[in-house]
Amino acid sequence: MFCLRKYDLAKCKSPIRFINIVMLLAVMMCSSTVWSDTFFDQSMSKLLGKNFKSVTQGVELLAKSNDERAEQVLQTLLAGDLYRLKKEKRLVTILEERGKGYLVTDILVADKTYEVTSKRKIKRVAINNTLRTKIKAAIAQIQLTDTDPTKRSAAVVSLFDVVDDSQIALFEKMYEHEKNDRVRSLIAFGVAIGHLKTGSVVEKITAIKTLEDSLEPAVRNALQATADNETDKSVAAAATKALGKIDQKIDNYALMETLFFGLSLGSVLVLAAIGLAITFGVMGVINMAHGELIMLGAYTTYVVQLIMPNNIGASLFVAVPAAFLVSGLVGIAIERGVIRHLYGRPLETLLATFGLSLILQQTVRTVFSPLNRSVETPDWMSGALEINPVFSITFNRLYIIIFCLIVFAMLFFVLKKTTLGLKVRAVSQNRAMARAMGVRSEWVDALTFGLGSGVAGVAGVALSQLTNVGPNLGQAYIIDSFMVVVFGGVGNLWGTLVAGMSLGVANKILEPMSGAVLAKILVLIFIILFIQKKPRGLFPQKGRGAEG
Amino acid sequence: MHTDKQLFDRKSQVFLLVLAVVTVAVLGLNILVPEGSALHVSTYTVTLLGKYLTFALLAIAVDLVWGYMGILSLGHGAFFALGGYAMGMYLMRQIGDRGVYGDPILPDFMVFLDWKELPWFWQGFDMFWFAMIMVVLVPGILAFVFGWLAFRSRVTGVYLSIITQAMTYALMLAFYRNEMGFGGNNGLTDFKDILGFSLQSNSTRLTLFALSAVFLALGYIACRYIVTSKLGRVCMAIRDSEDRTRFIGYRVDKVKLWVFVFSAALAGIAGALYVPQVGIINPNEFSPLNSIELVVWVAIGGRATLYGAVIGAVAVNYAKSYFTVAMPEVWLFALGGLFVLGTLYLPKGIAGLMNRKEAVA
Repeated sequence: MFCLRKYDLAKCKSPIRFINIVMLLAVMMCSSTVWSDTFFDQSMSKLLGKNFKSVTQGVELLAKSNDERAEQVLQTLLAGDLYRLKKEKRLVTILEERGKGYLVTDILVADKTYEVTSKRKIKRVAINNTLRTKIKAAIAQIQLTDTDPTKRSAAVVSLFDVVDDSQIALFEKMYEHEKNDRVRSLIAFGVAIGHLKTGSVVEKITAIKTLEDSLEPAVRNALQATADNETDKSVAAAATKALGKIDQKIDNYALMETLFFGLSLGSVLVLAAIGLAITFGVMGVINMAHGELIMLGAYTTYVVQLIMPNNIGASLFVAVPAAFLVSGLVGIAIERGVIRHLYGRPLETLLATFGLSLILQQTVRTVFSPLNRSVETPDWMSGALEINPVFSITFNRLYIIIFCLIVFAMLFFVLKKTTLGLKVRAVSQNRAMARAMGVRSEWVDALTFGLGSGVAGVAGVALSQLTNVGPNLGQAYIIDSFMVVVFGGVGNLWGTLVAGMSLGVANKILEPMSGAVLAKILVLIFIILFIQKKPRGLFPQKGRGAEG
Repeated sequence: MHTDKQLFDRKSQVFLLVLAVVTVAVLGLNILVPEGSALHVSTYTVTLLGKYLTFALLAIAVDLVWGYMGILSLGHGAFFALGGYAMGMYLMRQIGDRGVYGDPILPDFMVFLDWKELPWFWQGFDMFWFAMIMVVLVPGILAFVFGWLAFRSRVTGVYLSIITQAMTYALMLAFYRNEMGFGGNNGLTDFKDILGFSLQSNSTRLTLFALSAVFLALGYIACRYIVTSKLGRVCMAIRDSEDRTRFIGYRVDKVKLWVFVFSAALAGIAGALYVPQVGIINPNEFSPLNSIELVVWVAIGGRATLYGAVIGAVAVNYAKSYFTVAMPEVWLFALGGLFVLGTLYLPKGIAGLMNRKEAVA
């Protein structure tokens, strides 16, 4: 996944990236003589030195060098993987363990390996905390010139804590050449932080003005430090004010994040409940096996991924229709086999379908084992859209909201605009009259139930990306689904959508105050009380159809 | 249904007689027949039977509201569990300083959670009479509040079933929380004695079994009294046509409320008898699955007969005990199959089968 951040969407085009990668590979394969400059060669000999001072000088030289390999050397050093080969005076990394010794490879010449017979012949290049900070700064310094704006911005941000006069100068020089808006603004913040530390009173106040707009944690820390320690009162006051503004913004974004989380949870609820909105809402059948139809959808995803293990990215697109078919067919079988005989006896239907749910659970347990199965998440589902440092939208949550809306729209279309939908509504409103008009009501019953069940299967595909896929997956959602349908008003798709979304948001708003479990309990109690007040839900059905 | 008018009709007489004979026989075979003999009933079996009897009492409570009044409660497991917790709290306080941490007042799990004093709702549970009042009162009050809200706003049928299920689900989630002060997911266990008698001793176990039988008989007679009274006939009228009963002038919501509360209290008593015999009560008892399962006992046994509920409870639980040991993976298939086939082909349950044979003969 290349385009992780919004601000580099425009710049990030894969051909360019590809060329970068090719260049990088070329660099790694080249011998050490090309592209080396004097700083780099000097740094190498310094790094071979045995004390911290020498290594520190080496790191500083590396930061100054324009050599392409400098970053890799620093990263290796930071990770503690850099070793001195004592006799040959080369810097190496360990490839693998060979008996008592190692096979090591030269850090500069990738294909040059040495066989080391004893562990004593190599020595790790030791680093301490001071050095570690220096190395990080040096890496950031190098990354400032990286071609990838994402890396550049990260480098700028990581330098925020160590800005001094020379860094300000460097930042200002860089600012002139920088084309990317996001990096430019970050550099401006960096300069401002520098001024905040070392500048005059006027400079400090202008700096604070600039920093007000930033949401970077490092900026907030710098402002906090100024507000606490600054001797000049006007500066301290300005810093406090700016902090207030930033905190206000952070609060607003936190609220937006809660809303977003709530909507995504709501989408899950709507997806789980919408199939039920058809079988229970439109047909009036209490299907306690609904959760297990969701579970079947999730297992279908698992099986599809087993069949096409090299194509995880595309597997979900296959899984959605497959799950619809599997759950739909099982649903039709349930309707024809059991529910058909129990129309007009809702309580018996409830019991019989509950029995079916137990059988389906046990079947899955027998076939797939009682353990949870792991369903893989395709690459395009992971990652996040980072809008600013305190607010980012994770893709899987975003996709789930979009997916929920698509499913809802399609279902709505089927029910309102197709012949099948017309027949479904006719049969649910007045079965005898519909039959008199030539509608094969039994056929419509089976198809409607199959449709609702299939949608449950589709919900299962979505849930397989969010929770563990196990035999108990369905049970966890059945009560929630019924609550959503009943809360929204039976027989009303819009009601289900509104109810699911609002319950999701309510849950997420309550969660930080009371904890997840208590939030759920409170929502349940709320629904129980709500049904007392409005037994027919948020959007009750009107007209004669409502009486039956 | 003219025979229903008698309090002790023939079937009730047979039922009570069978119950008495079985109880006395089991006790006799345990005490009088020496161990090792083929006829000896082990104390383990006696306790197991005692457990079935408490389930039977619970099933009667469900049958009263479902069979006779048409309220399919999917939350009766909650009343049972609440009664059980009330008893469990008494037994917990009886442990005293014999717990692992040896605190004279606080139960082990509170010491573990580093609580300094007993929460207010644990006060008084060291007294047996107080705990016994709570066994009836707590489920009763919950049923009263819940029923008052639901019946007054005429939540009926499937809607009522679903919100009773939500109620027990919410309670389960709540009792799983350590902060609630009921031992979290471990529940209450490690009981030592009841009224000074050790729970491990043979005689206590036999007494508890006998008590379960007595309470089952009393519960049966009480329910029988209700369904043969005028109140019972109003109940059945509500079941058959709620609106018509209301139009005739009966206060449907009041009738439903009081019978529902009585049934919940009965379930609470069953729970209180259950806990000392199995030695543990945990939030799993609140799980919606349990509540639905006990509805199936009644459905399998036969609705609106009371004795059918007892037959169903004992038969299904015996099958459960057998299958979960012999073939654990088959049990859910069997239970699921019972649900489906029972509702499709045995709408009147085992009791219905027995009656049909009688009619043919």
